[in-house]
Amino acid sequence: MPDRTDPLVSLRGVHHRFGSVHALDDLTFDVPSGRITVLLGPNGAGKTTAIRAVTGALSPAEGEISVFGVDPRTHGEVVRPRCGVVSAKPALYDRLSGYDNLLYAAQLYEVDEDRRDDRIQHAARQFGIQDALEHQVGGYSTGMKTRLALARSILHEPDLLLYDEPTSGLDPESAQAVLGLIRSMRMEGRTVVMCTHLLAEAEGLADHIVVMEAGSSPCFGSAEELTRRYWPGAVVHLSAESPDQLDRVTTWHGVIGYERVTDVARIDLDGIGRIPDLVMGLARDGVRLTRVEPQTPRLEDLYFAIRRDAQRRGLEPVAAPAVPLGSLAADRADASVGRPATQEVRS
Amino acid sequence: MNWKRMSVVVRTDLKQLVQAKDYWIPMIALGGLFFFVLPAVLLFTIEHLGATSSVQQISKTLKVLPAQAQAQIQGDTPGARTSYALAVYLFAPVAVIVPLTISTAVGAAAIVGERERGTGEFLAHSPASTREIYVGKLIASFVPGYGTTVVGFAVYSLVVNVIAGPSIGGWFFPTPQWWALMFWVVPPFLAFTLSVVLRLSARVKSTAAAQQAAGLVSLPLIMVAYTQSTGALFGASASPWLVGTLCWLVALLSLMRGMRSVTRSRLLGVANEV
Repeated sequence: MPDRTDPLVSLRGVHHRFGSVHALDDLTFDVPSGRITVLLGPNGAGKTTAIRAVTGALSPAEGEISVFGVDPRTHGEVVRPRCGVVSAKPALYDRLSGYDNLLYAAQLYEVDEDRRDDRIQHAARQFGIQDALEHQVGGYSTGMKTRLALARSILHEPDLLLYDEPTSGLDPESAQAVLGLIRSMRMEGRTVVMCTHLLAEAEGLADHIVVMEAGSSPCFGSAEELTRRYWPGAVVHLSAESPDQLDRVTTWHGVIGYERVTDVARIDLDGIGRIPDLVMGLARDGVRLTRVEPQTPRLEDLYFAIRRDAQRRGLEPVAAPAVPLGSLAADRADASVGRPATQEVRS
Repeated sequence: MNWKRMSVVVRTDLKQLVQAKDYWIPMIALGGLFFFVLPAVLLFTIEHLGATSSVQQISKTLKVLPAQAQAQIQGDTPGARTSYALAVYLFAPVAVIVPLTISTAVGAAAIVGERERGTGEFLAHSPASTREIYVGKLIASFVPGYGTTVVGFAVYSLVVNVIAGPSIGGWFFPTPQWWALMFWVVPPFLAFTLSVVLRLSARVKSTAAAQQAAGLVSLPLIMVAYTQSTGALFGASASPWLVGTLCWLVALLSLMRGMRSVTRSRLLGVANEV
């Protein structure tokens, strides 16, 4: 098993062209072991191509790729047996039964013959399709096909799972169920890379986020790291019995923005640590607070903050190598609301 | 090459063909028509026409056959000699046309079909090497065509012996040339054709385009196979053993070149590779 501190997958300055289209343009990111990494970006951002490069199904001409410590372009036979892939289209054989689809994968991935049937039954149970195994896949619903594809991806107990928009075409209920199943894989200690263009999907699922744009990755890191970097201040919503009494905070130390609409005031602070001081100060002044609600940025806020930042710095399309956010933590100490910390971009 | 994994590709492809009634019903119909219905009707008619003028005329046309072939014709009556000639010489091309038609239909969809269904993505990410996939697909295309032909050959042997055998003087089929044709000449012809068809299947954008292109390629090959197989049976050209040996050499060269045509990019169907 890989060291959990080492990235299982590492891409550095990867380029790949399809004719005149630059599908991957200086793509750089890491995938930490035992976590769920989400490749987040709009359609055409290069997420699928990145997944294909990871298994060596595609061989980008430039850049460094390391998966399990080897280059999949030259050692694909080492990488592919350790990966489980679910593509955007489930890629199943409609004329075969569910069982035969799983059997085919088990045989190709050389699952031990003695354990093959047990593995198939176990994977099918895990994804709730054990009762449909004998039916032809052509008759499955989209949700069942996705479940079967997910079951197929774990048959050989891979170290790395690569899921390309696994909920596409699913109804919300099935999509939630699939996301729940993916979440459960993290509990089993698996490393998952999932592509999505749906922010809501990545929310609550991603341990590590790679924002992708036009074949490049402006940034990557954990949700906390990205929040600190692109959402460095704090926002709190306050209400009081006499709302106009809240206006006094505009001149207080650490308050860098203030806006009150009727009885709710939105206050931008230079750090989350200011909130207790603010509340205590108002209480001392006799202001009777009825609501104190710190605003935690959602992934959606974060995503657009990152894109705005990239646009502001003229990085659309992003052409410069991304900087691992973890390495920039020290630079963020003095960041303030409305003034995102500058990311040093090497050109 | 991992032979076990390659055989998995073969078995799974064949399993899918078995599930596809829309494929194997026409396949059986084609084999049944050429190996059973046509020869049975033709030989039965000749045997029961007796020494009519039609049979006399057909018997006279046998003189156009090469002397070596004429010398091999058995039977004491014009009807028996006509039956023998038709059974041994007329149906030789069938032994080539049937397997080529059936196998080409399978082979044309072998790679592009995976791509169209999206299962090419599964194979591209799988541990199977492109060589294992290519050889697996080739064998899976070969088996139904050649299998139908071998079964058809057995049925055909039975039909001609049962219908024409009594008048010729006993069981006379298969002749040594037919054995050579079936097991030494037809397989490499088929393998060569499939190596070309699979190469096309890897390069084109749709199954329909693959079928069209395969038709264009297989038609001249059928004609070559027709002339060579007929010639080999007549003894007019080189012996079937020599023809077969040459076919094997060409087929092996073509197979080796064909292996390079299947790439993971082509299985994925990415723009600049197809």
